[in-house]
Amino acid sequence: MTLVASSVVLGDVEVGDRLPELRYDVSATTVVLGALASRDWRPMHHDKDFAVERNGTKDIFLNTPNQAAWFERYLTDWTGPYGRLGRVTFKMRGSVFPGDTMVIDGVVDGVEVDEAGCGWVSLAISLTVDDDVKTTCAARVAVPTAPGDNPWARRGAAWQP
Amino acid sequence: MSTPEAALAEMEALIGVPQYEEEGEFPVERGYIWTSCASVENGNPLYWDDAVAAEVTDGPVAPPSMISVWFRPHHWAPGRVQQHLPLQIHFDLKARLELPEAVMTDNTVVFHEPVRPGDVLRTRQILRSVSELKETKLGVGRFWVIDVEYENQRGELVGVETYTGFGYRRKEAS
Repeated sequence: MTLVASSVVLGDVEVGDRLPELRYDVSATTVVLGALASRDWRPMHHDKDFAVERNGTKDIFLNTPNQAAWFERYLTDWTGPYGRLGRVTFKMRGSVFPGDTMVIDGVVDGVEVDEAGCGWVSLAISLTVDDDVKTTCAARVAVPTAPGDNPWARRGAAWQP
Repeated sequence: MSTPEAALAEMEALIGVPQYEEEGEFPVERGYIWTSCASVENGNPLYWDDAVAAEVTDGPVAPPSMISVWFRPHHWAPGRVQQHLPLQIHFDLKARLELPEAVMTDNTVVFHEPVRPGDVLRTRQILRSVSELKETKLGVGRFWVIDVEYENQRGELVGVETYTGFGYRRKEAS
């Protein structure tokens, strides 16, 4: 029985496709929950006085591992559960604070099938606040080449992320 | 006290040599997986529905982006005197090459075998390169590349993080 009704299939994807935008109002709870969920106990992610006085920032701010989790959620919201992350590259340019509305959007910049037969989509993703880019993420995610194909089943030489 | 040239040679001799090998303080567990998913409202059924996980991934897995989570030490532990920093080689380079400032310019993570609840992961750090002296708008210093490799209890590679750092001395104000 197939439980997963919909997942992106490689043939449905073209370079230039834009993913749906994700908007999220960041609160202090967002920042603290994200830091603790990633076992990041550093005070600039939960103690505003420390962040202001020691880091010179206006408030506590999202930590990098939690931003990675936001990017993963954004990607797999689009691919469905058969999507399997292969590679991500982050560049941090600015901080995300409580009160910000962060916007994550992405565009497909590559579609290929590798020599092992795995289907790959490359994407350029950005996290912005008020149109100011805070983080960019170049991602390579495997998706089924056809219904019935499962990137998660690939092992060894069949998985070349 | 060694000369700058000797310090550089000492660090270059460590290129390709695994260092700071250690095991995670606890097995991969689902409570943290759910807390992480909740923190970003990730409703991927792979992490919430065991039937979907059985069909797609042959059982529960952890979100790949959590790979470094399994190595962040407890905030406190009985009897602990000292712990390695997640990127200890980065701090070694700063100290030995006498470059007081440093930034990370790039972070790439490559995901291999899925991480599953119950896995006990191991990590090691490997210096890959140290550049010649470079001048940037930040100052004069060196770029270095460090890999952090993660493997499971069966010795299977589960991920590699690659960090590019730039250690430097600030330019004198003119």
